[in-house]
Amino acid sequence: MATAAKKNSVKPLARQDENGIPPKRLEVLKTYKIYIGGKFPRTESGRYYKAINKDGGVLANLCLSSRKDFRDAVIASRTAFGDWSTRAAFNRGQVLYRIAEMLESRKAQFIHELILQDIPASAAETEVLLSIDRLIYYAGWCDKFQQIFSTVNPVASSHFNFSVPEPTGVVSIIAPEENSLLGLVSAMSAAIAGGNTCIILASYSKPLCAVSLAEVLNSSDVPGGVVNVLTGKASDLIPYFADHMDVNAIVICDRGADVTRLVQEKAAINLKRVTIYDQINWLSDDGQSPYFIMDLQEVKTTWHPIENIGGSAPGY
Amino acid sequence: MATKKNNTLKLKFESARSYAPAPESRSAATINERYELFINGKFDKPQGKKYFDSINPATEEKLSSIAEAGAADVDRAVKAARNAYDTTWKKMPGKERGKYIFRIARMMQERARELAVVETLDGGKPIRESRDFDVPTAANHFFYYAGWADKLEYAFPAKKPQSLGVAGQIVPWNFPLLMAAWKIAPALATGNTVVLKPAENTSLTALRLAEIIQEADLPPGVVNIITGAGATGAALVNHPDVNKIAFTGSTEVGKIIARSIAGTNKKATLELGGKAANIIFDDAPLDQAVEGVVNGIFFNQGHVCCAGSRLYVQESVYKEVLRKLKDRLETLIVGDPMDKNTDIGAINSKEQLNNINKYLKIGQQEGAEMYQSSVPIPAKGFYCRPTIFTNVAQSSRISQEEIFGPVLTIQTFRTEDEVIEKANNSPYGLSAGVWTDKGSKIFNLTTKLRAGVVWANTYNQFDPASPFGGYKESGYGREGGLHGLAPYLNLS
Repeated sequence: MATAAKKNSVKPLARQDENGIPPKRLEVLKTYKIYIGGKFPRTESGRYYKAINKDGGVLANLCLSSRKDFRDAVIASRTAFGDWSTRAAFNRGQVLYRIAEMLESRKAQFIHELILQDIPASAAETEVLLSIDRLIYYAGWCDKFQQIFSTVNPVASSHFNFSVPEPTGVVSIIAPEENSLLGLVSAMSAAIAGGNTCIILASYSKPLCAVSLAEVLNSSDVPGGVVNVLTGKASDLIPYFADHMDVNAIVICDRGADVTRLVQEKAAINLKRVTIYDQINWLSDDGQSPYFIMDLQEVKTTWHPIENIGGSAPGY
Repeated sequence: MATKKNNTLKLKFESARSYAPAPESRSAATINERYELFINGKFDKPQGKKYFDSINPATEEKLSSIAEAGAADVDRAVKAARNAYDTTWKKMPGKERGKYIFRIARMMQERARELAVVETLDGGKPIRESRDFDVPTAANHFFYYAGWADKLEYAFPAKKPQSLGVAGQIVPWNFPLLMAAWKIAPALATGNTVVLKPAENTSLTALRLAEIIQEADLPPGVVNIITGAGATGAALVNHPDVNKIAFTGSTEVGKIIARSIAGTNKKATLELGGKAANIIFDDAPLDQAVEGVVNGIFFNQGHVCCAGSRLYVQESVYKEVLRKLKDRLETLIVGDPMDKNTDIGAINSKEQLNNINKYLKIGQQEGAEMYQSSVPIPAKGFYCRPTIFTNVAQSSRISQEEIFGPVLTIQTFRTEDEVIEKANNSPYGLSAGVWTDKGSKIFNLTTKLRAGVVWANTYNQFDPASPFGGYKESGYGREGGLHGLAPYLNLS
């Protein structure tokens, strides 16, 4: 599978010099696979596409994920939701922090991959460092946003009444084409910090970091199925991301008016919550806030009677 | 009646039902022969010159003729709302806006009896309920949100809240005045202007509210109330100059609205159907629980989106609960909504009665056992006896689909996990109820039930300060409380 790139490959998959002489040590190439339920299968479709840089160099063969892959990912997500959503918020914070630790230790790889995908070196470094910091940012919010957005409601009747945010459920995320790492990390972190599980469609043109991030997640105590990563064609997959009956919400990043409309129409089938992130500067502080977490939360209100014995007032 | 072997005291229903009539006087309110559209501060004829009848479902008598707003009228109303937004309401300081809303609340309280009488005549709900619940809660809703108008920046840390513009609001026939208040009060408090369409069967109290709004000197166009059926609502939803849709009604229509505003910048709040689980554990105070179940499903003839229509009883107390429930059913008085003794009034319309009867048939065809109380019901008007189904399967249509009537299904369970699974096995997620004396069990259940409102050892409680709204196909957005502000604001 990985022998496809010979003639027109520039730096990335170069295996021989101009004279056709092989290197002393043959580089071992990575097979970029998708990530479902904590495992790295190939797409069941058996189809692939080539990730290509701007000079036409082939970077790798990527899975062209199918509807079946997506449905498998939804099952994995739904299965993981019960455990992930009921974990202690503190524990979720530790897991997000662990992702940041793992990413930090592999940042050179991610910077390299971004450079391969035509991102200038300094911008690549900025994007990777910000991605790590963003994970830390949301790690810290895991056990705090509830305190900001909860209320105890002073109802007129003799009841104790409070409202708290709870995760919406299974979320499908269409990551942005640009900021292929930072945009994905930002949307993912807000979703899982709030206790949701998700299926992410990676950038088509810059898919490498998404797959490598899955490898980071796999070694970060993120339970299988909490985050699933698919690569492939947006036009093939977005309709399924939008109309699957067991998905509770969908996030779409920078996909233009027509796709947004299509998603909104299809999402109505089970009243998915649709969140649209258009032209968000993920590189700035505008790209992070607890309000992103709240975009994927439901507010639950609980009532219980208060016994009012003899109307007695409290003493000191 | 399956009460062969029991030694407990039995209620004597004959005497319980023979209360002397205690009718509320119709003279507390006059109803005009004809009602026009309330646009730009004035009552105005519809351009299509069409009117439809509003009838009293308790007697099938015609109450009034109501103007039907066509597309041109909708456009006039939206234009008036836009103009009011641009010229006055948007610029008005929050504290002044708040004072207008306080004023509306006070005037509603002053006219409470009149509003209650009109609500009951128009919609068929018991006068006791209009008087003690619908009208005061509606007024309180205005009073609550009035106070928010100049305090919005405290509600959203690190954000600057800004109004959206014109809100198109569509309300259902089950709580006509209360739903209008739920819609209008937060919209005004957040600085938006409103075009509201009441349900065609129940327009009268919304039009009374229009009179109050006129009397309160609200700037013309800030609130417009246009009457009509589905076509009027569709014209409002599809009007290009509306920024926000707030809809309460069926899930089916909610989905149509979600589709029709796809690709626009309109925000939406959808409060849709429900099929709430009400769960009784064996350690619950059973008498209280049975009262809660009765209130949960028979309140407002079961025309309640959060009605506790699926009862789950732990196996060990099933027989006892069923007996108590059947006993209690026999004491419910069905009949003239204007009578202060009445517990269950008239079904809101003939169509709805037909729909309920359809489900009664389906339930029996599916093999469930139907039990109805033996209460006599009036010959004229639309009535349905309180009904319970036992021997119901989880997959039965009567336990999956919203009936919106006084019909309860009963199933049993053994373990907590089992009942959580069953309760959540529904496309809806509006509300749920739990009855147990054990605190830790309550919190286990209230955490795991996927519903927007969970009542523990109580049911069907509402308050302006308490957010209300659904999970899953029960819709999105919250109404009430601090959380009810966000759907009417842009946060930048």
